[in-house]
Amino acid sequence: MARTFSEKVLSRKAGRPVRAGEVVTVVPDYYLSHDNSSAIIGEFKKLGLDRVAAPWKIVIVLDHIVPASEEKYALNHKIVREFVSEQAIPNFFDIEFGVCHQVFSEASFALPGKVIMGSDSHTTTYGAFGAFSAGIGRTEMASLWATDEIWLRVPETLRIELVGGLGAGVFAKDVILKIIGDNGADRANYRTVEFGGPAASNFSLASRMVMANMAAEMGAKNASFEPDEKTLAWLRTRARDAYEIVASDPDAAYEAVLSYDLSKIEPQIACPHTVDNVKPVSAVDGLRFNQALIGTCTNGRLEDLEIAAGILKGKRVNSRVRTLVLPASREVYLEALKEGLIQTFVEAGCVVLNPGCGPCLGAHEGILAGGEVVVGTSNRNFRGRMGSRDSEIYLASPATVAASALEGVITDPRKFLR
Amino acid sequence: MKGKVWKYGDNVNTDVIFPGRHTYALMKPEEMASHALEDLDPGFAKNVKPGDVIVAGKNFGCGSSREQAAACLRAAGVQAVIAKSFARIYFRNAINLGLPVLQCPEAVEALRAGDEVEIDFAGGKIISGERIFAFPPLPDSVVGILEAGGLIEWTRKKLGALK
Repeated sequence: MARTFSEKVLSRKAGRPVRAGEVVTVVPDYYLSHDNSSAIIGEFKKLGLDRVAAPWKIVIVLDHIVPASEEKYALNHKIVREFVSEQAIPNFFDIEFGVCHQVFSEASFALPGKVIMGSDSHTTTYGAFGAFSAGIGRTEMASLWATDEIWLRVPETLRIELVGGLGAGVFAKDVILKIIGDNGADRANYRTVEFGGPAASNFSLASRMVMANMAAEMGAKNASFEPDEKTLAWLRTRARDAYEIVASDPDAAYEAVLSYDLSKIEPQIACPHTVDNVKPVSAVDGLRFNQALIGTCTNGRLEDLEIAAGILKGKRVNSRVRTLVLPASREVYLEALKEGLIQTFVEAGCVVLNPGCGPCLGAHEGILAGGEVVVGTSNRNFRGRMGSRDSEIYLASPATVAASALEGVITDPRKFLR
Repeated sequence: MKGKVWKYGDNVNTDVIFPGRHTYALMKPEEMASHALEDLDPGFAKNVKPGDVIVAGKNFGCGSSREQAAACLRAAGVQAVIAKSFARIYFRNAINLGLPVLQCPEAVEALRAGDEVEIDFAGGKIISGERIFAFPPLPDSVVGILEAGGLIEWTRKKLGALK
């Protein structure tokens, strides 16, 4: 019987063939958490256990407010470090490493066919590597630490067929924004979003991560790309464990199949205050703003910084715009340094932040005042997310943000990238 | 228990239910309650009464996995959230924290802010004066967690049974 990727991964884990809609109890492979580990520890302690069930499966990355900007965050971090030491959790990444989704991927916990649960909504990111990865809450993570099992409903799958080639100045971010705008913030609720079709393999792993990351903004439980030569090349030097490639059967039953011709997509931008309020950049061309943000777990990888630096090289950002650059990880930061990109950013008048979540969730490093507008490469533009409830957030590709930072108004990047 | 309806639209996200700027501070329940819905309806936290009900459109709780978005409503005394649909992480979080989440589009269409409602959880009914709306009963596994008072209590029982 033909099955989807998610049906196959969960069948294997459940030890019996399952279909979408069934509920299975599975023992996952890895558990991701970040600064919220301190709250998880609080819940775990209520269970009255001395030890976590499987310390080697727990991966903790401090990234949300690093270094701690206030005493209460410092206390959180301290609680996490003490717990890590007491429980002998081997995979702990302290503040220098970067955003959890990038660090988790670089350290190669994101492996094909693995089941990964993370207490972060953008845990969908690891679908870029062919893993089954979904977000959960803190209490559920505490229970997982204790019991090493979870119930999951096997999701239906929404397949997105990608055909054609991208035009100049158009990137993975524009594609996923277009898909979210067309289909709405809840189209993929409870579902797997599977990216496939002849154009899927043209995307780099970094670009696949952009799309899998933002599948969360359609409500997806998880995302998936079928592993290919690019995935295998990445894993060749990094894979920390044996893995098995799992892919949908050709005649698998999908809930729906949507087709996108990439050659017809122009640069896109999500306007306030929902991620599905998407327009072509040309529709808001000329809009003034105060802050630009290039980076985050969505678009802070080397290819993103290369594109932005290519536009900014030898120029200066508009004096009315505060331009923040946030590499996704220490590894990305080092590569950007070697390539001279960081020098380009600083010379262009950008403020380069330490790898981490930075201002994306509105806790530090670039909070907006009332009436201010940010144009960024992050993944959420909900009201008040980056500061005042009277501020506004626009989301676009690194090229659009860099071009806009130069001009001081929202700008279609194609004028720089013909 | 009777309560008053607080009515909101579609896609009420976790950032407006419980802002990110408070997410990584460890807070007591009453402090969480004081920030509930502050970026959507600044008057909510001051005026909500125990037993009140939130009624909203589709995709309630979309966005972040932050659990305080469910915890703060429970701490504020909210009896249940009734919506056309829920975002999946929010649905799990709410159940895990003992906050009933009921999917009932008919009730959402009919109920207005300020209406008085009563919920018959066992009978699967939302009652407002003469009007009665049926909601599909929650699965047994979910009822077990709600009845235990949340996932932590439920897991404690499970671990206890294993010993």
